[in-house]
Amino acid sequence: MKTVIHYIRSLFLLELFKGMSVTGRYLFRKKFTLNYPEQKAPVSPRFRGLHAQRRYPNGEERCIACKLCEAVCPANAITIEAEPRDDGSRRTTRYDIDLFKCIFCGYCEESCPVDAIVETRVYEYHFEDTDKVAGNYIMTKEKLLAMGDKYEAQLAEDRAAQAKYR
Amino acid sequence: MSDQQTITIEVDGKKLEATPGQMLIEVTDAAGITVPRFCYHKKLSVAANCRMCLVEVENAPKPLPACATPVADGMKAWTCSPLARQAQKGTMEFLLINHPLDCPICDQGGECELQDVAMGFGEGVSRFSEGKRVVPSQNIGSLIATDMTRCIHCTRCVRFGDEIAGIRELGATGRGEHMKIGVYVENSVSSELSGNIIDLCPVGALTSKPFRYRARAWELTTHESVASHDGVGSNIHVHVRNHQVMRVVPKDNEAVNETWISDRDRFSYQGLYSEDRLEKPMLRKNGQLQEAEWQEALLAAAEALKSAKADRLGALVSPGSTLEEMYLLQKLLRGLGSSNIDHRLRQSDFRGDAADPAAPWLGQRFADLENNQAVLLIGSWLRKDQPLLNHRVRKSVLAGGQVMVINSVDYEFNYELSNKLIGTPADMVTGLAGVAAALGADTAGVDATADAAHQAIADNLKAADQGLVLLGSVAQMHPDFSLLRVLADNIAKAAGVDLGFVGEGANSTGAWLVGAVPHQDEGMSVAAMQEQGLDACVLLNVEPEFDSVNPAAMAGLVSDARVLALTTHLGSWMNQHADIVLPVAASLETSGTFVNLQGDVQSFNGAARPAGEARPAWKVLRVLGNLADQQGFDYESSRDVLDEAMQAIGEIKLDNGLKDAKATAVTLQAEDLQRIGGVPIYNVDMLTRRADALQHTPDGWKAGLRVNSLLAHALGLENGDSAVLRQGGAQLTLPVLMDDRVPGACVWMPAGVPGSELLGEGFGAVSLEKA
Repeated sequence: MKTVIHYIRSLFLLELFKGMSVTGRYLFRKKFTLNYPEQKAPVSPRFRGLHAQRRYPNGEERCIACKLCEAVCPANAITIEAEPRDDGSRRTTRYDIDLFKCIFCGYCEESCPVDAIVETRVYEYHFEDTDKVAGNYIMTKEKLLAMGDKYEAQLAEDRAAQAKYR
Repeated sequence: MSDQQTITIEVDGKKLEATPGQMLIEVTDAAGITVPRFCYHKKLSVAANCRMCLVEVENAPKPLPACATPVADGMKAWTCSPLARQAQKGTMEFLLINHPLDCPICDQGGECELQDVAMGFGEGVSRFSEGKRVVPSQNIGSLIATDMTRCIHCTRCVRFGDEIAGIRELGATGRGEHMKIGVYVENSVSSELSGNIIDLCPVGALTSKPFRYRARAWELTTHESVASHDGVGSNIHVHVRNHQVMRVVPKDNEAVNETWISDRDRFSYQGLYSEDRLEKPMLRKNGQLQEAEWQEALLAAAEALKSAKADRLGALVSPGSTLEEMYLLQKLLRGLGSSNIDHRLRQSDFRGDAADPAAPWLGQRFADLENNQAVLLIGSWLRKDQPLLNHRVRKSVLAGGQVMVINSVDYEFNYELSNKLIGTPADMVTGLAGVAAALGADTAGVDATADAAHQAIADNLKAADQGLVLLGSVAQMHPDFSLLRVLADNIAKAAGVDLGFVGEGANSTGAWLVGAVPHQDEGMSVAAMQEQGLDACVLLNVEPEFDSVNPAAMAGLVSDARVLALTTHLGSWMNQHADIVLPVAASLETSGTFVNLQGDVQSFNGAARPAGEARPAWKVLRVLGNLADQQGFDYESSRDVLDEAMQAIGEIKLDNGLKDAKATAVTLQAEDLQRIGGVPIYNVDMLTRRADALQHTPDGWKAGLRVNSLLAHALGLENGDSAVLRQGGAQLTLPVLMDDRVPGACVWMPAGVPGSELLGEGFGAVSLEKA
């Protein structure tokens, strides 16, 4: 019986018409156009865009050079060097993310015990060359901290919204 | 003892063989059964205070600690029964109550026993919500960083100080929650083995200070190697990150270093990355050393070697060079017709060359040191010169053996000395002759009568079934070394004990075997080269101002000769006098072989990348051999060199027998004021002199002229006063430091330390006056 029904459906191209009906519906519906970049689509608080490093409210950088993000990174995009800072605390002297290597998986963010490395909602960025010397595809510590400072309000809000799911 | 008897016990249903008296944990460890533990360590006494190794034992009402439960025949134990598991979980929970959750900033993170055991035996969640204990940390010196809040009171470090290092530096104060591990005086950890407590600490309470925060355990690759600063040849693991040495930790080898290494071997890697590390070849042009290309420098070096007259060509090689380097250098020199090669840079008396033993060594296996009933140390601060040999000697003392010394400084030892003769360097000869006289042996022409002290030493040696007479590094620098050696030999023979030498560097025994000595075929010794001068002088890993016992003579040699230096660092004399400087790889960067003082041939591979353009010295010498038109220099690996060298050596025959016991006359006379030489522990070679952390320990040499307080007062000097030391035409101004370990009529001013390059021979007449 099953086979018979299957044959009938194939013979009358039922599936094709079903699909075409969706196309037909949208053909006559009012058009929805997003005028990017003037208009932008809504972004989830969980969006994984460009990276940033956060600070504590007193201005102290959060990162403690535990190197868990470096270890967890599946693309080996993170390079960290560390030594004791003058006050004896554990700090990075170098924190580089190679954006060509990065696959934006968000593992670094998840592994961070102090919420230092985070991914912002920023998805609009570009580099104009692959020059190793200029290295503008490398997110250095300074760039990351600057990103963090710029988007701190948004970052804090997103983290607060997600807190109960973590 | 019923050592041979074996009994059978059953652990987790498996039948295991054991010997009575063993603890349960030893049996399970041997069988590969995991029992978690913190306080138990195979080399330390059993404390049983962490309670982590609780296991269930048949007929025992409660779980028992495996580390403190002796095995009994037919015993049945379960390491992971519900009862044992419950006990282990409970213990883990208690241990974690006061342990901070700061793993992300803890250097132990990733290699932490507490982390591992908590993963395996702990609960996922803590039920403890009260406040945790906080313990302030103390500064215990430049080697070890402390975070005592992390301490779990296993007391391994305390027991190490008691049982292995021999000084109680760390201790526990308070009880229960208020117990603290710490030092009584800040900055006071001075043991030469102190770094081992870093490895012992199961948590991050004691970590390495030079390594602090620099790398994570999982980033490091491990290479096996052999330490290069003393004749023990400790086996080490070199941890490397980005081709740079990050730290050095011990590798177990029961026959050599057991589980320990000395601080010198552990922290000297810092010297690899000092500021004056040589990264490019250099040539002297217009009186200035200028950077050059390898090709140019090698051609210049080959030309310098070829153009020198054979009898005016010589080489000085550091006793810390590898067997391959020494073999190639002597092959190159002998190929060019010269036998002027020597590694005995810190020996000043060469009159006994004809009598030299074929291959001087310790005279005993390291393990035998533990069973000696009497040891006579002559001119040796064994504790600082060879820390791990001293540890073995200490074990013999704990077993009831006796150690006697004949020294010119009253060095501290970490065990009781049964007799000591402390006098001026000249007194060392008469003292030794006195012992010989007391034994009825030949006093080698020295006029000596035996007094009670001599007799006591002689009696102890005579009474010993197994004993050792050991000539230390100070004895070998002594101007009457050949006489001391004859006397020591006479004493050893008369008392029926072994005679031993403690050479410098990692490969002094290898140097003898492989021919880095001149007198196998009539070459010139260091002293002869210095006296007669050379046209061309090759320095292999030698820093002439500090590695020689007589800098004044060395200055003459290097300023007149054309100097070809193969070196890791560019010191100031090298900068002034060297004509061709070739950068070579340091010990952790090159492959090679060391022969230690008991004759073990230990090869290793390079662990890190040589700095800059530096190349392994065996490769440089191989190319120099080709460029100097020598045959048989077409080696492809250091292994080829080693094979050829081992073939040339044949069977390794260590031999301390003097070929001729002819005595030499006494040169060192009793003077009004004598200099005492020797080399401090952290000034022995280029790397250690540049290791910052070591220099800042209490053993780091503090510049000064050390004199007895009585002598200082007689000269009108106070502690810290500036004084002028004159030796021959040389003079040196340094603060006076009062030190009552120094006998009267002596000034302790070692070689190898800053300032010593201005002086002459390590011993002899000096004068001292207020500046």
